[in-house]
Amino acid sequence: MNESLLIELTVFVLAAFVGIELISKVPTTLHTPLMSGTNAIHGVVIVGAILVAGADKGTLTTVLGTIAVAFGASNVVGGFLVTDRMLHMFRRKPGDASRDE
Amino acid sequence: MPQEMSRADAIGAAYLICASLFIIGLKRLSSPATARSGNQIAAVGMAIAIAATLFDEQVVTFEWIILGSLVGGIGGAIGAQRVKMTAMPQMVALFNGFGGGAAALIAFADYHDTVGAPGHIETKIIISILFSAVVGSVSFAGSMIAFGKLQDIVTGNPVTVPGQRVVTATLFAAILAGCAFLATGHESQALLVAICVVALILGVQMVMAIGGADMPVVISLLNAFTGLATASTGFVLSNNVLIIAGTLVGASGSLLTQMMGKAMNRSLANMVFGAFGTSGSVALAEGPGVAGTVRSASADDIAIMLAYARRVVIVPGYGLAVAQAQHNVRELGDLLEGRGVDVRYAIHPVAGRMPGHMNVLLAEADVPYTQLYEMDDINGEFPRTDVSLVIGANDVVNPAAKNTPGSPIYGMPILNVDESSAIVVLKRSMNTGFAGIENELFYDPKTTMLFGDAKDSVIGLTSAVKAV
Repeated sequence: MNESLLIELTVFVLAAFVGIELISKVPTTLHTPLMSGTNAIHGVVIVGAILVAGADKGTLTTVLGTIAVAFGASNVVGGFLVTDRMLHMFRRKPGDASRDE
Repeated sequence: MPQEMSRADAIGAAYLICASLFIIGLKRLSSPATARSGNQIAAVGMAIAIAATLFDEQVVTFEWIILGSLVGGIGGAIGAQRVKMTAMPQMVALFNGFGGGAAALIAFADYHDTVGAPGHIETKIIISILFSAVVGSVSFAGSMIAFGKLQDIVTGNPVTVPGQRVVTATLFAAILAGCAFLATGHESQALLVAICVVALILGVQMVMAIGGADMPVVISLLNAFTGLATASTGFVLSNNVLIIAGTLVGASGSLLTQMMGKAMNRSLANMVFGAFGTSGSVALAEGPGVAGTVRSASADDIAIMLAYARRVVIVPGYGLAVAQAQHNVRELGDLLEGRGVDVRYAIHPVAGRMPGHMNVLLAEADVPYTQLYEMDDINGEFPRTDVSLVIGANDVVNPAAKNTPGSPIYGMPILNVDESSAIVVLKRSMNTGFAGIENELFYDPKTTMLFGDAKDSVIGLTSAVKAV
C-alpha cells in the first residue's frame, strides 16, 4: 500500500466518524433541511468535473466533463438555495411580530 | 517547479479551509436557530473549493466550464426558486441524481483518459473509478425514478418484475463480475459502459419496487450513495476535499436513513428488498364498504363539532401538502383558538414524503412551533382530545399498525387518534394511502369523513365555523 493511499484512507475514516457524530444530534424537525443541505455538499463533485472539463484532453472527455459540470452546478446551486428557502421559514419564532393571536 | 509546488499547496490549503467550513456548517444545522447560517457557511466553503480548483494546473480551458456552470447553475437556481415547499422531496431527489450522474460521468472520463495513457492503471485508481461509476449510476437512475414517483409521473405503487430478488441478485453479480474483470488488468471502455448501463437498470429496478411511502428513506439512502460516489472520485483524483465532503454526506445519509427506518420500525433490508405492498394490496384500493360502513358528514355538521370542542388536535399528512392547504389550516386553527378551543398539531415523524416535511409546511404558514407536537409528546393527550382532525394523513394514523400483525405497517409507531372522542378525516376519496393498505380508522363508529380536496374542505370548514 502506498503512502498517499494510506493518508487518504485515514482522511476517509476520520470524516466518517465526524459525519456520524454531527448528524446524531440533529432533531427530527430539521431532517428535511439536513437532507437537502448534505445533498448540496456532495455537489462538491463539481470540483472533479471542472478538472475533467478544463483539461482539454479530447472531445469525449470535454463533453462528458461539461455535462458533469452542469450536473454538479445544478446540484450545488439548487441544493443550497432550496435549503436556504426552507430554513428561512424556520427562522420565524412564535414571538415574532408576524405571529400574534 | 518550486512556484508550481506552492500553487498546489495553496489550493490544498484552500481545500482544507472549505472542508472545515463544511463541517462547521453541518454542525450548525443541528439547531433551528443556527441552521440557516450553517447552510450559508457550507455554501461559502463550496465557493472557495470551486474557485481554488479553477487555479489548478490541469485546468487549461475555461469555456466549457463556464458553459456547464451557467446551464447547470441557472437551471438549479430556477428550480430552487420556483419549487413549492410541498414538492421539496422530489427536488432534493432530482439534485441528488445530478450529483450521482456527475460522479459517474467523471469516472468514465477519467477511465477514458487513463486507458489511452501508457502504462497500467494503478489498482487504487481503477477500483475507485469503478466504484464511482457504479454507485453514481445507481444513484442517478434511482433518484430519477424517485423523482418520478413523487411527481406522479411514475406510479407510486411498487412495481416488481417476476423473480424480483433473483433479477436484482443477477444484475448485481453481473456488475461485480464486470468490475472484477476490469480491476484485474484488463482494459475495455465498452465493458465500463456496459457496467454503467446495468447499474442504471439496477437503480431503476430497485426503486421501482419500493412503494411511494418509503421514498423519503430511499432519497436519504441515495443521498448517501452519491456522497460515497463523490468520496470515491476523491480517491481517483487524490483530492481530500472530495473525500471529506463525500464521506461526511455518506456517513450522515446512512445514519439518517437508519433513523428514519427506526421511526417506521422497518429495517433497511426490509424496505429495499421487501417490495412493500406486493401482497395484493392494490386490490383493496376499491371504494367504500370493504370493511364496514363509512360515515360522512357535511362541513356544517363538522364545524359544530369543532367549534364546541375543548381540544382539537390537527393531524396533517401528505394530502395537506398536495392541496397546498397549510395556510388555510392555520386560518382554521386560529379561528378555533379565537373561540377558546385548545388547538394542537400532531406531527408524525414520517408524515408527508420526508421526515420533518410537515414542520416545514406549517412553518411556512406561520404556525408557531410551540403548537407542533411530536408523536411521543402528543400520543398521551388523545384520550383527552375531543376532536382529532386528520387532514390528508392515512398510514400514520392507521390502527392496523397496532392491531393487525399481518399488515405491512404492523409495528410502525402511529398517532393514536383512535383514542380521541371523535375523529374527523378529510380525504380526497376512499383510496388507500401511499403504503397501499386499507385503513380501519375510516370505519370506526367515532369517525366522520369529509370527502374532497383538502384545501376546499378546510376552506369550507372555516366559513362554516365562522357561521356557527
